[in-house]
Amino acid sequence: MGQVVILGGGTAGTIAANRLRRRLDRDEWHITVVDADDEHLYQPGLLMVPFGEYQRPDLVRPRHRYLASGVRLVRGQVELVKPADNLVRLAGGELLHYTYLVIATGTTPRPDQTPGLLGPQWGDTAHEFYTLDGAERLAGALQRFGGGRVVIDVVDMPIKCPVAPLEFAFLLDAHLRRRGLRGRTELTYATPLPGAFTRPVASQLLGSMLTDRNIIVEPDFMAEQVTGDGIVSYDGRRLGYDLLVTVPLNMGADYVADSGLGDELNHVPVDRHTLQAAGYENIFALGDANDVPTSKAGSVAHVEAELFADALAARLHGRPAEADFDGHANCFVECGDGRALLLDFNYDTEPLPGSYPVPGLGPFRLLRPTRLNHWGKHAFRWMYWHALLPDRPLPLPARMSKAGKHVPQEVAS
Amino acid sequence: MSVATIAGHQLHVDGEGFLTEYDEWDEALADELAARIGITLTDRHRAAIRFLRNDFPARGETATLRRVAVVGGIPVKELFELFGAKPAKKMAYIAGLPKPRGCV
Repeated sequence: MGQVVILGGGTAGTIAANRLRRRLDRDEWHITVVDADDEHLYQPGLLMVPFGEYQRPDLVRPRHRYLASGVRLVRGQVELVKPADNLVRLAGGELLHYTYLVIATGTTPRPDQTPGLLGPQWGDTAHEFYTLDGAERLAGALQRFGGGRVVIDVVDMPIKCPVAPLEFAFLLDAHLRRRGLRGRTELTYATPLPGAFTRPVASQLLGSMLTDRNIIVEPDFMAEQVTGDGIVSYDGRRLGYDLLVTVPLNMGADYVADSGLGDELNHVPVDRHTLQAAGYENIFALGDANDVPTSKAGSVAHVEAELFADALAARLHGRPAEADFDGHANCFVECGDGRALLLDFNYDTEPLPGSYPVPGLGPFRLLRPTRLNHWGKHAFRWMYWHALLPDRPLPLPARMSKAGKHVPQEVAS
Repeated sequence: MSVATIAGHQLHVDGEGFLTEYDEWDEALADELAARIGITLTDRHRAAIRFLRNDFPARGETATLRRVAVVGGIPVKELFELFGAKPAKKMAYIAGLPKPRGCV
């Protein structure tokens, strides 16, 4: 019997398990998913929690319910991978043998990595919204907030859902306007990047969306330490705050580092087209856990998991593996006031204006705030549980298309 | 891409003056490139530049400040002291490597 062991039952792990289960013979292959708990969190929904739009029950469901029959869920904390022996050791000593190993344990905010951030202000005037507990605490803080200086700070790149801090800024601006507090609030967006986003066309657009909303952009800001009322960069700039919303350093799981499989952020270096871990024939890393140079986003995890599962199944059936991940990512970006825009890009092509998924028709508009995009983002939560995780066909292309897109004149020239 | 003449050498550079050919660089050129952005290299500078050079071939991209700190052992604070504002960009320029890509 062959053993496929998948570490992590989130977006990538769940989709990979379900797709492999359909493609591999049950009499020949066991498929096991390992996770510390049985709570699958719909991470894209975290953004709306601070504004009271989603509550915990809207976002959490049992993991096991989304795994196909024939996929075993093992509850346990991964302690170590021993590639030389093809073994995974769980806390408590249980050993799992694998023929193929898939690392899909994601990346996690680590406020402990920034000196001072976990001081007495943490959870009081300093917050994050990338965990459910953190997003709920921030919801309370926003209810109590009566105006003052708000700093939104991204500590370092890469982070998962790199547009979320921008969306948070847009949504907070709209939220404060609705509550009549915007006039009494100074809003600053501090980022280690030279602008709002890395790729030029989107950076220009998103940057002007910030300044149009009177949000001060503090570029090239690399946070060195945090105090009770200020955040200081390595080059000596200090931003005072009454409310700090930080996106802490993101790091992969500690067992990745302990097993010698990680880079300086515990992300697994992989071949960017096959997702095979560098130096290991039978280890792959999917989704936020790997180091491919594209967005750490659910859409990427989804596409990677599909392509990986198809490639592995082909290989095990003696057919040539055709996995060729192109870095494809697409993200809805909430802009506040019931509008959203959509980004679609890959390793080689930056986000451009146009329509999606059908060139020329849409119905979604790329790089332009519309109400339909906003509803698309909300409808996606249903699609996630009912189509994406169970691996039912979605009317979305895995590979990126340039059809229906254009480079704006001022940037092209 | 274009060709620039720096210290008597013909070098391939991109629109912002970053070298595009890994093998066109040497340590003497680093001093020239540093001087162009107002930096006089000391041994500490050279240690950071050498780390970037050695790290690049296997990874195919320029190390981030955090990687230089964690893997190369030179604290981020020191990199700011040595190279001033935007150290990652300046280090890449002096090391003859592509501008570090902020991940998307």
